[in-house]
Amino acid sequence: MCLAIPARIVELEGDNAVVDAMGNRYRAKTTLLPETKLGDLVLVHAGFAISLVDEEEAKKTWQLLAEISDFDETPNKVSG
Amino acid sequence: MLEKIYKAQSLMNSACESLGRQINIMEVCGTHTVSIFRSGIRSTLPKGVKLLSGPGCPVCVTDQGYIDTVLALAERSDCLIATYGDMIRVPGSSGSLETKQSSANIKIVLSSEDALQLAKDNPEKTIVFVAVGFETTAPATAVAVQEAAAKSIDNFCVLSGHKLVVPAMRALLSGKNDKIDAFLCPGHVSVIIGFGAFAEIVEGFGRPCVVAGFEPMQIIEGLGEICRQLAKGFAELKSIYTAVVTEEGNTTAQKIIAECFEPADGYWRGLGKIEKSTLKLKDKYSRFDALNRFNITETPGKEIKGCRCGEVLCGLIEPPECKLFAKSCRPDSAVGPCMVSSEGACAAWFKYGDAKRTG
Repeated sequence: MCLAIPARIVELEGDNAVVDAMGNRYRAKTTLLPETKLGDLVLVHAGFAISLVDEEEAKKTWQLLAEISDFDETPNKVSG
Repeated sequence: MLEKIYKAQSLMNSACESLGRQINIMEVCGTHTVSIFRSGIRSTLPKGVKLLSGPGCPVCVTDQGYIDTVLALAERSDCLIATYGDMIRVPGSSGSLETKQSSANIKIVLSSEDALQLAKDNPEKTIVFVAVGFETTAPATAVAVQEAAAKSIDNFCVLSGHKLVVPAMRALLSGKNDKIDAFLCPGHVSVIIGFGAFAEIVEGFGRPCVVAGFEPMQIIEGLGEICRQLAKGFAELKSIYTAVVTEEGNTTAQKIIAECFEPADGYWRGLGKIEKSTLKLKDKYSRFDALNRFNITETPGKEIKGCRCGEVLCGLIEPPECKLFAKSCRPDSAVGPCMVSSEGACAAWFKYGDAKRTG
């Protein structure tokens, strides 16, 4: 449940963002990461960006996600 | 990559030789559990190194009493239950949220913000947000509570089942299972609390604490680092997940948690009551506390008959030692929470384990 998903911020207005993770777009808040800018890669957990993350690390995690869980199931799960 | 694996294996062998007994390393994160099983890491370890899956899956450690409270609230026609999907199948004393879903007052949400939106969209109902999770998830709840307070969204409330990782580790070492030699610490909980938060385990109990990410290589390196310390007879705090984990963590998130919540004594499945291990809303937000709103006193639930999830969570037994495992308790007809949750130790054993299964 505590697995956060790397995603890129593609829209940002105040602390309301739209993020893109592996082609899936969804809403996220940046309240916990006030320094975030448009285009940043962040770790998103339960609808909140919790950390910045670099490209290489994001790729590794995306690969892991694709392997360990059916990413399609995420609409029903926070665990990813 | 192979070089790293050989190095870790050699460190593990040295530790086994130097201690001359079995080494017990506990992971305290459901995602680590899944990654360890899936990648087959267990089968590559020296015989003397045993991995234990600890209380790292929020669904698994949620006390039966909490689930029963949620189920009772789901019966009320004036309530709408907003829950993460992870909780939907967890059995209470009678049924689960899934079995009650037909009553249409249960909604699956992806974030606390979605729960708040439900409150705005359904002014005639009281939205009860089933707030579970460790420190990674707690700040999201805190933000929603602060927003509800600021915007006077009074039909929103939170049933806090949030838990803190370090007090559980402390409770394990203080009585439940002092055979744990070291901890592989959770990656994304540590993004929030910082690896410095495990200092009290290292200093107070002399156990190595190493934070690792979720890729198999990170886990192997983490185990290697733990064994390096054990072989030399010292305990140190270390993060090898340097890409996202810092010593101090996400201080903004910590501040928001501290503004909204205070640590309170609380019940854990398998571990019982642990001092200051859960997060309770502070008095200034008490009107958003479902316990206050509905005048509920939380009581610990009874463990399910025959289910040994509690012992599994403490690392005292492995899932196949439970008589229900893979017989009456299977992922599609789970009896205990460690089989319900895909991140539970029993589900991981069932799916990837080497236990001989019938049927």
